[in-house]
Amino acid sequence: MKLTMLWYLVPSIIMFVCGIYGFMTRKNLIAILISLELMLNSADLNFVIFNRYLFPGSMEGMIFTLFAVALAAAETAVAIAIIINIYRAVGSTDINEVKQMKF
Amino acid sequence: MDSVGNIIIYFIIAIAILIFSFKAVTSKKILRAATYLLFVLLGTAVFYFQMGYQFLGAVQIAVYAGGIMVLFVFAILLTHKPNEKDAPLRTHRKLWGVLVSIAAAIVLIFAVFYMPLIHGFSLVDCLSASKEITMHDIGVAFTGGDKFQYLLPFEAISVLLLACIIGGVTIARKN
Repeated sequence: MKLTMLWYLVPSIIMFVCGIYGFMTRKNLIAILISLELMLNSADLNFVIFNRYLFPGSMEGMIFTLFAVALAAAETAVAIAIIINIYRAVGSTDINEVKQMKF
Repeated sequence: MDSVGNIIIYFIIAIAILIFSFKAVTSKKILRAATYLLFVLLGTAVFYFQMGYQFLGAVQIAVYAGGIMVLFVFAILLTHKPNEKDAPLRTHRKLWGVLVSIAAAIVLIFAVFYMPLIHGFSLVDCLSASKEITMHDIGVAFTGGDKFQYLLPFEAISVLLLACIIGGVTIARKN
């Protein structure tokens, strides 16, 4: 039994599809952000898998993932600041109640 | 031929990722959804360790599981009124969500199965074909300016993090 690339790509696909489903169906802003993190995490995992299996001599995928993790932290911090500000202004984090500044 | 222990660990983590990523997007309680996301991130870190990227796994645990999850829990507790009984998360457009995610799954599965080299190498072959990545290699790659060295993106990331700190504080500050 060989642990080929396919074996690692399947959990990544599952993560990404779950992220899409949550992004489409959730109504709470923080829950949407959680789905976004799932998708981002699956993309990071893909970088590492392709680096390990197709280019085992180099480490460019790993370094790209390190940068992506830092970017994810920055993006989450700003998004959560915005969500907290929305909660102060509107009193809720439900996307259907955030109607001002929609367009 | 991979070792039996590796395969067992793979199956445990893959099933955990399957279950927890599904529960993270369907759970009715938002704190539970955040906790399930934490488990998915930890499972990904185990995959990184298994593929021989120890530093990346440590970063995943420290930054994602340590930093981002704390941010999430903070935000959840700040945006829920303390004495209010937590209302279950509501969903909408369920049919659209199912349709779009099934379409995405079909496209991704086709892309994966038609990719060349997909059944090519096993993990143990790739691990033996590569030399171990030491901290010295990572440090040289991050602080050099030559080919395959990343001093400029490293500095850009540090400026970006500073901008995010200032932006986050400015946005979330009262008035």
